[in-house]
Amino acid sequence: MASGREIRTKINSVKSTQKITKAMEMVAVSKMRKAQLRMQAGIPYWKRVRAVLRHLRYASTEYRHEFLVEREPVKAVGLIVITSDKGLCGGLNINVLRTVVKRMKQWRDAGVEVEVCAIGGKGLGFLQRVGAHIVSYLRGIGDSPHLERLTPALNVLFKDYTDGKIDQIHLCTSVFVNTMTQKPIVTQLVPIKDNADDIAAQLGIPTAEWLKGVVYEGEKQTEGHWDYIYEPNAPLIIDRLLRRAFESVLYQAVAEHIACENSARMVAMKAASENAQELIGELTLLYNKNRQAAITQELAEISAGAAAV
Amino acid sequence: MAMTMHVDVVSAEESLFSGLAEFVVVPAEQGDIGIYPRHAPLMAALRPGSVRIQSPGQQEEILIYVSGGLLEIQPHTVSVLSDTAIRSHDLDEAQALAAKKQAEDLMSDRKAAMDYARAQVELAQAIAQLQAIQRLRKRTRG
Repeated sequence: MASGREIRTKINSVKSTQKITKAMEMVAVSKMRKAQLRMQAGIPYWKRVRAVLRHLRYASTEYRHEFLVEREPVKAVGLIVITSDKGLCGGLNINVLRTVVKRMKQWRDAGVEVEVCAIGGKGLGFLQRVGAHIVSYLRGIGDSPHLERLTPALNVLFKDYTDGKIDQIHLCTSVFVNTMTQKPIVTQLVPIKDNADDIAAQLGIPTAEWLKGVVYEGEKQTEGHWDYIYEPNAPLIIDRLLRRAFESVLYQAVAEHIACENSARMVAMKAASENAQELIGELTLLYNKNRQAAITQELAEISAGAAAV
Repeated sequence: MAMTMHVDVVSAEESLFSGLAEFVVVPAEQGDIGIYPRHAPLMAALRPGSVRIQSPGQQEEILIYVSGGLLEIQPHTVSVLSDTAIRSHDLDEAQALAAKKQAEDLMSDRKAAMDYARAQVELAQAIAQLQAIQRLRKRTRG
């Protein structure tokens, strides 16, 4: 059995760990609130952008922007992976990376090459280790997403798409369901397609819920045979729209990821603090038992000594 | 009841208007566009100015200042994706006047020819903001 001093050292070390996890929990709570507000602030714009893209998807436009045209066959794809820079946030990054690995295996089996743009240090480290083809990365996003910092890394993929090196761009990120749950999903960004059913299936919710605020009740989508009136002209408007759309989608994805990260960290650190408390209880009990045993033994020795005299 | 359509005015930070409307006027780059329900699909670039929304059953129009962006029209929905949008009530006249003066100063300064284009944009925004304020004033007075 461990000696009294050893146990005491152990208790002290657990206590100091607990102090750290408690502090991290507090920090995560306050950051989480801000991150959630930031995420919610972007939602209206993001939903409208999705609605407009949805309409555009069904229009037969005179000007076929390359982001609207499906390419066949798909030989290579680009994948944007959003993870956090720091760990200690439960299974958040692992879940995203597991989804990524699964998807990459599917693509490799089908003979499709994969280019990766890694946002966040955790994903970057992992993907480097597994030998993924990383074309660009960004580390140190911080607590608020900055578009001007995000775009250079992402533009590498968009440029590869324009140059014809890749035929699709996908995005793998965490979706904020609530403070306790975050779900990893993979969505196709380019070419733009109606993947509401797919996303809803990945999240395990009805399609109508995913489209809430995007498609209004009773709104019917007419497919094909209509085009917009453009002012001043189609290329200018569609280019401008798509640029804004991708900015919004990616900004929102990163904002959502930051909200996910902080809530996951809060939950993980809360569990860690509770576990530490439990461990301290057990160790204290052991320590006291040990001390009692030592005292009893000493008393027995003294009384035995006295009897001998 | 008159026919209505869904109108959304959103900026990157918030939703400024989301609801039904009978009639909307949007400042497009090539002139204001008035929209009634069942308009043909249309996409347009916006210039700085104010969006006017006529809600059903309301006498007063809602005024929202936008500093540019995009407009999408579907027969039953109108989406305004604005770069920055401010409710006209929140507009500060003094601030707008200062911005206008600053932009004019910059334009008259020959040395800053490089910034001319930017100054022009700033001036247009300031003027549009002032117009929105004045329109709001006239309405509250009259």
